[in-house]
Amino acid sequence: MIYKVISKKEFTAFVDTLVKANLSYGPKQVDTAKNGDPIYQFKEVHSAEEIAFDYTATHSSAKHLLLPYSEELSHFTFRDGDWKQEIAYENTPKVLIGLRACDISGLNILDDVLLNGKFPSPYYLAHRKNTFIIGMDHLPLPDCFCKSLNHHTVSKGFNLFCSDIGDKYYLSINSSKAYTYLKEFAIEDPSDEDDCRLIERRKLIKQSFRTEVEVTGLPSFLDIEFDSPIWKKWGDKCLNCGTCAMVCPTCYCYDTKEHIDTGLEGASREKQLYSCNLVDFAEVAGGHNFRPGNGDRLKYRYYHHYRGFAENANQQICVGCNRCGRACLADINPKDVINDLRMEKESCMICASPSPIRT
Amino acid sequence: MQTDRGYKCRITNIVELTGEEKLFQLRIIDRHERQIFSFRPGQFLMLEVPGYGQIPISISSSTSNNEFIELCIRKAGRVTGALFQAKAGALVAIRGPFGSSFPMDEMADSNIILVAGGLGIAPLRAPLFWINDHRDRYNKVHLLYGTKEPSQLLFTYQFDEWKKVNHIDLQTIVENPSPEWQGKTGMITELLNDIAIEPANTYAIVCGPPVMFKFVCNQLDREGIPMNRMFVSLERRMHCGMGKCCRCMVGSTFTCVDGPVFDYWSVMNLQEAI
Ligand SMILES: Cc1cc2nc3c(=O)[nH]c(=O)nc-3n(C[C@H](O)[C@H](O)[C@H](O)COP(=O)(O)OP(=O)(O)OC[C@H]3O[C@@H](n4cnc5c(N)ncnc54)[C@H](O)[C@@H]3O)c2cc1C
Ligand code: SF4
Ligand code: SF4
Ligand code: FES
Repeated sequence: MIYKVISKKEFTAFVDTLVKANLSYGPKQVDTAKNGDPIYQFKEVHSAEEIAFDYTATHSSAKHLLLPYSEELSHFTFRDGDWKQEIAYENTPKVLIGLRACDISGLNILDDVLLNGKFPSPYYLAHRKNTFIIGMDHLPLPDCFCKSLNHHTVSKGFNLFCSDIGDKYYLSINSSKAYTYLKEFAIEDPSDEDDCRLIERRKLIKQSFRTEVEVTGLPSFLDIEFDSPIWKKWGDKCLNCGTCAMVCPTCYCYDTKEHIDTGLEGASREKQLYSCNLVDFAEVAGGHNFRPGNGDRLKYRYYHHYRGFAENANQQICVGCNRCGRACLADINPKDVINDLRMEKESCMICASPSPIRT
Repeated sequence: MQTDRGYKCRITNIVELTGEEKLFQLRIIDRHERQIFSFRPGQFLMLEVPGYGQIPISISSSTSNNEFIELCIRKAGRVTGALFQAKAGALVAIRGPFGSSFPMDEMADSNIILVAGGLGIAPLRAPLFWINDHRDRYNKVHLLYGTKEPSQLLFTYQFDEWKKVNHIDLQTIVENPSPEWQGKTGMITELLNDIAIEPANTYAIVCGPPVMFKFVCNQLDREGIPMNRMFVSLERRMHCGMGKCCRCMVGSTFTCVDGPVFDYWSVMNLQEAI
């Protein structure tokens, strides 16, 4: 890692050059919410002007730029009772601009899941290996809880990370590609004052978190609370719509579908991101569903995020962005569900005294 | 590498077992691919019918046969429906083999109880063939097989060979007997009452519907067989076979990679497993 500073004006010029030469995505305002707040999404951008550098958070994560909602796995061409199978790993180099620390952590988690182990995914690898990532820090929204999961900062998974220190960005340069590009622009070694401003900025970010979720010991908590009534309580609210998984930076479960081409001369096998909250997620032949109730499925999502993965990869899979909470029409969010669960437990642990009052 | 490229196979023979089940014999077309293909008893394949889909199916043939792979398939829906329309000579593709297997070496010099309920005989055929191929390495072998109706008993044409040639104690039972049924009637657990179990020197393999696992394994437990010497094969929805789609996850366990074969102790400790 090399540390440099760059004026905001010069940074914009750097981004502009990069964006004009490459397929690039950055945060853009796409709509306005009922309360007047802008709604941002990662969208294709063609100049630095189009990028909302001062955005808050995008509605859905940058995941789908590397793990598309739907993607062809293979294509068959039929001929005389035989067929030919083609598999193409899409490979367009991309630049992603403005990812928050937790968004990058989300991608690091996807790397762990999809690139490690016995069967790495060549589809994901093709997207990931040609992606240039520029991260940018930000002050948390009132409902962000990335700090609770230690994802308010990130130390890998990007080419360049920018910390806003007033009229300059403090740059953490993490790849020779990024350094080579930046050398063409006016970058400088940080002064003592820049270092101080960076420390102040980091402190401010850390102190600005309004939402905390206590995740210590959660894996065993979840195990013990498998039969807790809170799953039914929250499950009853859940609409089984799967939105939470679609906006989440780390959800990667999928379904496959076959499509026969019009003309019947070919067919394709397609993968679509799925959600464990959808009713048929765990249904098998004969109609048996291993998770028949809304609560069973909601619980499973929490187990996957906060327990299962913790056991497999020694880390929790949630980064604390609360996109799922913001997007959920039924007002279900990790903070409330986990706090509810902990209350359940705490009241049991001190069974002689009454339950603490819920806030 | 995780890829969706399969080995192309020709369906060389189709045996109609019952109205609902057929045995498909496949031959990998490419000679080199055919020679390198090998599997262990208990493993499964992802079977692809292009244009219809890809499904997990247990390998139901002998590990020592490189020329053919046999799959015993029940008609359940889209992909299996398409297969049931297929004639010998048609082409399909397979990926795999995937998953864990029955520890046949660990079981050597012991008695083995194979318990099959319904279509559970399909994944049991591979270990059964293995035992037959290495019969002198195993002591007493019981195959207890139960179905709802007598007409649902599969592979009856092989029973004599299994019993007489391979010295396997084969017993069957049905829940709803037909008028001509002369065998035993009742649940599969009743067959366990009729055999002498030596718990210190016995392994069990149990395949069938989830409800059956608990009853059979708990009874074997009462007989004194340690839970880590009973093996079950779990069924889950599967789309990748490689630990990536998460459809087959039970807790933090992937049925496709960590299973489908588990010892009963591990399954007992897994919520939602059976
Ligand atoms: C490890 C393993 C081994 C198996 N071995 C055999 C076997 O030897 N013989 C046999 O007949 N069956 C076996 N099965 C079950 C077989 O996979 C299903 O019957 C088959 O997937 C149904 O496919 P379909 O397209 O015909 O049905 P569909 O029309 O897709 O659906 C029918 C039902 O099957 C379920 N289903 C769909 N896709 C899958 C899938 N990929 N995995 C599991 N369930 C699915 C659906 O939820 C639905 O309830 C095995 C399953 C597993 C997990
Ligand atoms: S938790 Fe909310 S977003 Fe997720 S499936 Fe349920 S209703 Fe939809
Ligand atoms: S589960 Fe919710 S809070 Fe956690 S990473 Fe996914 S969207 Fe963000
Ligand atoms: S079948 Fe996809 S994870 Fe097991």
